[in-house]
Amino acid sequence: MLESIHLSKSFGKLKALDRLSIRMEAGQAVSLVGPNGSGKTTFLKCLLGLVIPDSGDLCLNGQSILSQWDYRRQIGYMPQIGRYPDNMRVGQVFDMVREIRRDTFSHLDDDLMQAFEVSKFAHKPMRTLSGGTRQKVSACLAFLFDPDVLVLDEPTAGLDPVASEILKEKVLVEKAKGKLVLVTSHILSDLEELTTDVMYLIEGKLQFYQSIEQLKSRTGEDKLNRALAQVMKQNATNS
Amino acid sequence: MLRIVKYVLYDILQNQIVIGYTLFLLAVSFGLFNMSGDPTKGLVSLLNIVLIVTPLVSIIFATIHFYNASEFIELLAAQPIRRSVIIWSEFLGLAVAMKLAVLVGIGIPVALYAPNATGLTLLIAAIGLSVAFVAIALLAAVITRDKAKGIGVALLLWFYFALLYDALVLFLMFSLADYPLEKVMLVFISFNPIDLARVVVLLQMDISALMGYTGALFREFLGTGWGIGFAFVVLLFWIFIPISIAVRMFRRKDL
Repeated sequence: MLESIHLSKSFGKLKALDRLSIRMEAGQAVSLVGPNGSGKTTFLKCLLGLVIPDSGDLCLNGQSILSQWDYRRQIGYMPQIGRYPDNMRVGQVFDMVREIRRDTFSHLDDDLMQAFEVSKFAHKPMRTLSGGTRQKVSACLAFLFDPDVLVLDEPTAGLDPVASEILKEKVLVEKAKGKLVLVTSHILSDLEELTTDVMYLIEGKLQFYQSIEQLKSRTGEDKLNRALAQVMKQNATNS
Repeated sequence: MLRIVKYVLYDILQNQIVIGYTLFLLAVSFGLFNMSGDPTKGLVSLLNIVLIVTPLVSIIFATIHFYNASEFIELLAAQPIRRSVIIWSEFLGLAVAMKLAVLVGIGIPVALYAPNATGLTLLIAAIGLSVAFVAIALLAAVITRDKAKGIGVALLLWFYFALLYDALVLFLMFSLADYPLEKVMLVFISFNPIDLARVVVLLQMDISALMGYTGALFREFLGTGWGIGFAFVVLLFWIFIPISIAVRMFRRKDL
């Protein structure tokens, strides 16, 4: 469904992505794991067309998405830090996005909006919202148009435990519908709950990409965090 | 695209700078026409204000607005919309806002006090300059990532077009006074939209005699219908070239 072929991007001297090749299918939920600055967000931003890769190709359903725009109707994006126009109200942001995408969706999925009770703070200006409430808005927008691919960048950071549970529940529901879910997080227990596969990046290079089950059996650990720690240790001794 | 222009305009009109700018233009125009009993004198004074103020406000306001809209632009860029639609919408929204301010702030007083060809030329020149400087501002803002640097670049560009350019041309004329530079001057003023607007409006006022031999040449060329047409085409280039470069660069920009 999603295929990256030798994708590279550098910012000045820093190589954010280094010939990254990977293939993902619908129904998979993939964790992007790696130290800070390893290119996770850059990869997601390339997928959204926010960052333009230097070389390589990125295909969705067999078609290159580079310098395309229409494919974005199939993607729901929850950014790491949701940035919204300050002097718009929450309700207006939703109205605007809905109006802009008017002819690109068949039905709306407002489960999350109801679960987070968005109508209660719809009249507030965006600038007055707390970080967690902003995250709720981002999450609602990502799921609103029932996209085939969900891109969640640090989805649970800043959310309170209740909201975080609601969101995770929703991700599992969508995954079960056969959508492709991409999640980055530093909270490994969340990733273990939500995802089926792990892709591990260091300095823009793909270190490994396998299912959580395989990873656990390979390392002989029964927790994702221990399994990853084991792999990281091995990498450190190898290099 | 119109849907997005609507939101851009809404955002611009929410901060009251544009309304303040309109009121300022109204006050200055009415003041100048009332102070100098003769409407032609009023127009000359107004011309000088217009040539300084409208480019300055347009370029600074557009630059600051574009940087402040970065969140809005990021939000839009993740939606199924073309990048070029986003920046064209920003441009159109800003251009319409600036045009409206000039149309009300200068258009109404001119229609009341000097409803003639000169007044109309001044109004069109002011609108053209505003839009051209919005285009130049967007180009500067797309190229520079840093906000403070971008505003600095915008100010420098204004400074160059409004003041420095004339000084450079004067210097050139003085040092090369022995050569016939009149035709070259025609080329030179085309490279500065503010000078172009100034010369075209002044020629309408029949005071080109004050400008010496060069003035006579300008009269011969720019005073005719063809010349005015040429001047407006050049002004259109000043709008179209910066904005199309800006669109091209914005499509490849990392947000």
